[in-house]
Amino acid sequence: MIAKNKKHQDDANFEFVPEFLNLAYSHIQKYPKSRQQSAVMPLLDLAQRQNDGWLSQSAIEYVAKLLEMAPVRVLEVATFYTMYNLKPVGKFHIQVCTNLPCWLRGATDVVKACKKTLEINVNETTNDNLFTLSEVECLGACVNAPMMQINDDFYEDLTEQSANDVLCKLRQGQKVNSGSQIGRHTCEPSNGLTSLKHQAKKVSQG
Amino acid sequence: MLDDKDRIFTNLYGLKDPYLSGARARGDWDGTKKLIELGRKKIIDQIKESGLRGRGGAGFSTGMKWSFMPEAIAERPHYLVINADEGEPGTCKDREIMRSEPHKIIEGALIAASAIGANSCYCYVRGEFYRETEILQKAADEAREKGLIGDNACGTGYKFEFYIHRGMGAYICGEESALIESLEGKKGLPRLKPPFPASVGVWGCPTTVNNVESIAVVPTILRRGPDWFSGIGRTNNAGVKLFNISGHVNNPCTVEESMSIPLKDLIEIHAGGVRGGWKNLMAIIPGGASVPLLTKKLSEKALMDFDSLRELNSGLGTAAVMVMDKSTDIIRAITRLSSFYKHESCGQCTPCREGTGWMWRMMERIAQGDANSDEIDRLEEVTRQVEGHTICALGDAAAWPIQGLIRHFRPEMEKRIKKRTSFQNYAA
Repeated sequence: MIAKNKKHQDDANFEFVPEFLNLAYSHIQKYPKSRQQSAVMPLLDLAQRQNDGWLSQSAIEYVAKLLEMAPVRVLEVATFYTMYNLKPVGKFHIQVCTNLPCWLRGATDVVKACKKTLEINVNETTNDNLFTLSEVECLGACVNAPMMQINDDFYEDLTEQSANDVLCKLRQGQKVNSGSQIGRHTCEPSNGLTSLKHQAKKVSQG
Repeated sequence: MLDDKDRIFTNLYGLKDPYLSGARARGDWDGTKKLIELGRKKIIDQIKESGLRGRGGAGFSTGMKWSFMPEAIAERPHYLVINADEGEPGTCKDREIMRSEPHKIIEGALIAASAIGANSCYCYVRGEFYRETEILQKAADEAREKGLIGDNACGTGYKFEFYIHRGMGAYICGEESALIESLEGKKGLPRLKPPFPASVGVWGCPTTVNNVESIAVVPTILRRGPDWFSGIGRTNNAGVKLFNISGHVNNPCTVEESMSIPLKDLIEIHAGGVRGGWKNLMAIIPGGASVPLLTKKLSEKALMDFDSLRELNSGLGTAAVMVMDKSTDIIRAITRLSSFYKHESCGQCTPCREGTGWMWRMMERIAQGDANSDEIDRLEEVTRQVEGHTICALGDAAAWPIQGLIRHFRPEMEKRIKKRTSFQNYAA
């Protein structure tokens, strides 16, 4: 179920704001001349960022025009890659990894906590358009499982409780620290280093 | 256990500055000019001698791969592409390199590019690694500002540009020809080979695709000499390697160790052992989701290298160790992987597109016991029909975990089916 909101209606005249247009040109310049089609992925991503996290039909057509591509080629790309949202999403897109390493360490509990706290099911958006909940495949933080991604940030080493805390804080507009929720720096063993031990002092400070 | 002085990624845990001043203090960018001036042939020979095998899963000799690039640069420019589309379940090593040791990637890319005659490198980073991309981009900007890359890289007169291309969430783009398609702005559908990327790669030009870890270890190998690298690990399985240990262990972590370390030692020394002790172990997947699992008995024998794990009918893959203790519903676990492959199949080849769905649905029913015992054989048959009949290896990757399950846990599957059948008989 997608919450209906006037703001989320397809804007028939999508175009990049000047800042994004500059970014778009700098992406196009990364590729050899006459290979501007290669920039379709970064440009769709920019369009999605400008358009509250999803790609509308007009955004897809705009990108096609900018890159001189057939709109269907752009649509093909937009539908193939899972990070393009073809429907509106909430301000915070909660993506919980449920693949094997996270599942082994309690991803099911994290999904449960999200459903309970947000009072929605997977693939739904809250009525206030604040949260969308998705289950996703491996996000590549397996030694910090279970984890979820919220917009561009990873929240790792979760439990039912800490997942709930993160969501509650976001709802109240408070700042939440991304990364490990049990105080690990990155991917080191949680009870102290087993290699590079001379760096151990820094761990206890961190 | 590997000595700290033999570690390449001395900032693996990101406890120190990942950027240029920190990287220089760790020895990165030290004498890079001299390394490039070794020349193409010497660099490739030394990498061959070191015995470095690609770290992305297939384990093909990196030096050999470079030597496949055309000698002379004709009309078509050469390209280096770095595969940072890390998506194999269990694997999170490239992420750590990108966020803690980004300069090792850029320096390695420069040297590799000079060895294959490329002036541009595209690093394809999976889209979900947004923060890691920011760090890598900042490091590349620093390097350009200091003249380490650019029109006159490290003062050698060699022109080298480093670009980042973000993926957008497709596991299949980790396959090199799908990655190339994606880099060209298309759907990530793997290409038929031949022609191989070394003759026709991105934009029709000769291209080499290397994993992040393979590229990042290159400068250190050249600085310390190929003998140092080949002296670690068993013959044909040289060097040091990043291992990810996840699942039911006391302290999941990423660690750099020597190749050929016994699997049991790896888990007990670095990950604090299996939850509830080694006796509580049920099975281990030693190399990412695509390789067949090992039972407890086999895990005791396994050495973490290409050859040992192949002998045990499994594989090193990306060296992502997933540990499952006795509380695991092993059939459910493999079913979860089947559902992953069904989701990620690109749909190009019929055996994979249809087969991944069949395998998942059959696994789903067997996990619930809602099947006949002879369906286990039928499932095995389906995996054999998918395996080897597709353009890329995703079909194989979907088949192998199930084959491993049937090989080692068939009684468990039969028991589950029997339990449900007898309950139904009773209920009737």
